[in-house]
Amino acid sequence: MKNSVLLGTLAFAGLAAAGASAATLDDVKARGSLNCGVTTGVPGFAEPDANGVWQGFDVAVCRAVAAAVLGDPEAVTFVPTTGKTRFTALASGEIDMLARNTTWTFSRDTDLKFDFVGVNYYDGQGFMVPADLGVSSATELDGATVCIQTGTTTELNLADFFRVNGMSYEPVPIETGAEAVQQYLAGACDVYTTDRSALAAQRAGFEAPDDSVILPEVVSKEPLGPLVRHGDSEWADIVRWTLNAMISAEELGVTKDNVEEMAASPGDNPEINRLLGTEGELGAMIGLDATWAKNAIAAVGNYGEVFDTNIGESTAIGLARGLNAQYTDGGLIYSPPFR
Amino acid sequence: MSDAHAHSVAFVRDSEIPPAPPPAAETGVVKWMRENLFSGVVNTIMTVIGVFIIFYLLSGLIPWIVNGTWEGASIRDCREVLQGNGGGCFAVLRERWAQLLFGFQYPSELYWRPTLAFALLFLAVPPVLFFKLPRWMLVFTALYPFVAFWLIWGGTAITPIFLLLAFVAAFFAFKEGEKRFGFVAGLAIGLVAFAIVAFIGDFVASEEPGWLRITSVPSREMGGFMLNMILGLVCVSLSIPIGIVLALGRQSRLPIVKGFCVVFIEFVRGVPLITLLFVANVVLAYFLPPGTNFDLIVRVIIMITMFSSAYIAEVIRGGLAALPKGQYEAADSLGLDYPQAMRLIILPQALKISIPGIVNVAVGLFKDTTLVSVISMFDLVGMIRGPILSSTAWVGVYWELWAAACVLFFVVCYGISQYSQWLERQLRTDHR
Repeated sequence: MKNSVLLGTLAFAGLAAAGASAATLDDVKARGSLNCGVTTGVPGFAEPDANGVWQGFDVAVCRAVAAAVLGDPEAVTFVPTTGKTRFTALASGEIDMLARNTTWTFSRDTDLKFDFVGVNYYDGQGFMVPADLGVSSATELDGATVCIQTGTTTELNLADFFRVNGMSYEPVPIETGAEAVQQYLAGACDVYTTDRSALAAQRAGFEAPDDSVILPEVVSKEPLGPLVRHGDSEWADIVRWTLNAMISAEELGVTKDNVEEMAASPGDNPEINRLLGTEGELGAMIGLDATWAKNAIAAVGNYGEVFDTNIGESTAIGLARGLNAQYTDGGLIYSPPFR
Repeated sequence: MSDAHAHSVAFVRDSEIPPAPPPAAETGVVKWMRENLFSGVVNTIMTVIGVFIIFYLLSGLIPWIVNGTWEGASIRDCREVLQGNGGGCFAVLRERWAQLLFGFQYPSELYWRPTLAFALLFLAVPPVLFFKLPRWMLVFTALYPFVAFWLIWGGTAITPIFLLLAFVAAFFAFKEGEKRFGFVAGLAIGLVAFAIVAFIGDFVASEEPGWLRITSVPSREMGGFMLNMILGLVCVSLSIPIGIVLALGRQSRLPIVKGFCVVFIEFVRGVPLITLLFVANVVLAYFLPPGTNFDLIVRVIIMITMFSSAYIAEVIRGGLAALPKGQYEAADSLGLDYPQAMRLIILPQALKISIPGIVNVAVGLFKDTTLVSVISMFDLVGMIRGPILSSTAWVGVYWELWAAACVLFFVVCYGISQYSQWLERQLRTDHR
């Protein structure tokens, strides 16, 4: 009897909770800060620096949303999540959005009841080999020993790739990424395979990064992007279009440095004007100030700037734009029009 | 006869041989080595192998420490300085030392507060550990939790002061109630007094939030070795009294009390700690309405305390079972009631027997606090695994960081274990 009362109360609390969390935008504004889920640390994507300030490619998305919604890129409470806790943290309402290089998959989007709002990094599985192996393409890897993390999709992708190309390989099963790197450096395997961004980040920590090369082939699709809970489309729109604003800004040549100037003296490109709120009513349509996109860009820069400062070729991680170039440059980064 | 004898032998010594030092092979280092290291073929082989292993380890370790560099802002700087001479990149410790101790979110201008709290620990703990110190020093121990709470978390001083007052009120109410109505009623009266004062304190704190206020730091920003120390200290000190109660409850003749204690202990001991931590972090969030701020550290403290008190209860139950039945009967025959018998006769003896076991649990528990890194709290291990090892500057520095963590934990755990051995010697009253 007592138990059923307790359960009833909990169920009611749960329903009330669901009702309360429907308007995430109002919650965020009332709280005055955005709760953004990030990793506990992936080089270049999310990492606290020596002063404890979060930096990185995924972190920039959080800061852009905070700037768009609250006008302050510092008004973010970063909630570090592990691979195990990230989805429950989002589902339970502990965080408002998750920007934690998470692959957009069918089951996560549907079965786990999340909405992926876009893709901020197109990743894919790649191969790293020692340079003195003299291999320039993954199709030359017949008979290689391959270090691979067990129980991951990379294992299946690897099997598919070698089968399709009619090659044989010998897997060396490994538990964690750090262990894999040690094995690879110790020469226990010829090839190490995982996501290409992780390969690049780990290679950046090698004593002699130039002794290893990352082969050009990409054997799987790993679109990484921010996600929000099902059931609050207004909030999903805000996160989606903040990301799109960063992408459009790069396409339109709006940068962190010139955004104030462009907003102060509207030019004759109507799309830039709409983006920066000097023309049209786009901000009001998603319940934000007219300057929402301008604030986001002024805070973190456009997509290209964020990429270059955190993971681009000038950084220690040194990722090329590749698939993540603008569609005009042969990449996949493409924002719907601001109209 | 003696004359005859004198002529029948060729030589008779007529003076004593002066004392000579023992042969070199039978004295000092050589003797010790012959006896202990080279006393047989097998032992000689083992010694040679052992020396070789020690040499091998030291030949790596000593250059690593001696050649190591403390300068540099990233692993790449380190490599430039070291030029492959086998030295360690200790610059990471220098740059991230504060983060290892306090986590990366604790405001750096407030580091003095947890440091002061840590220093005060050396005033608060000795009176409990060394009973030869004057008893009035226990006042420090009693005040310490409230001072430390205020220093580490900050905020208005009203909250800890009223909490302290609530404990004082509860104590006196209990004393008075026990005198008049007995032990159990005294406990109940004490609880009521505690609740009343705590409620008043809550009210006053919300009315006067600015009184003696220092910058408050939310729990989320705690981290590093400080978090391990907080969790370890709080959970050990809470779980010993709870463990005693559970152990006594398990021996109780009252079926409901006994049943509850047995179920609790067996359930908690049957579940891994990491499961309880996941429950604290993840599952509770589903049951609480969003926006409910039930502090994560408090949730974790509750879970770890539950876990360790179940273990300590079993240790103490062993101590209780080891007492001869005559001790219980002696207490009964003196006309003592249950609380008196326990406090005056049974528990002092049972706890003495249980000390090694309790310390064992305490050391294990302290190390288990590193498990919170799995639920994305940044204790020492969490800091290393997460923010530091995955920063662009330090990715690839493993040994230096883990060695530092080992040293920190070793110092504390070795200290605890030395203390417990000392305590056992002090309390030894049997005829060994």
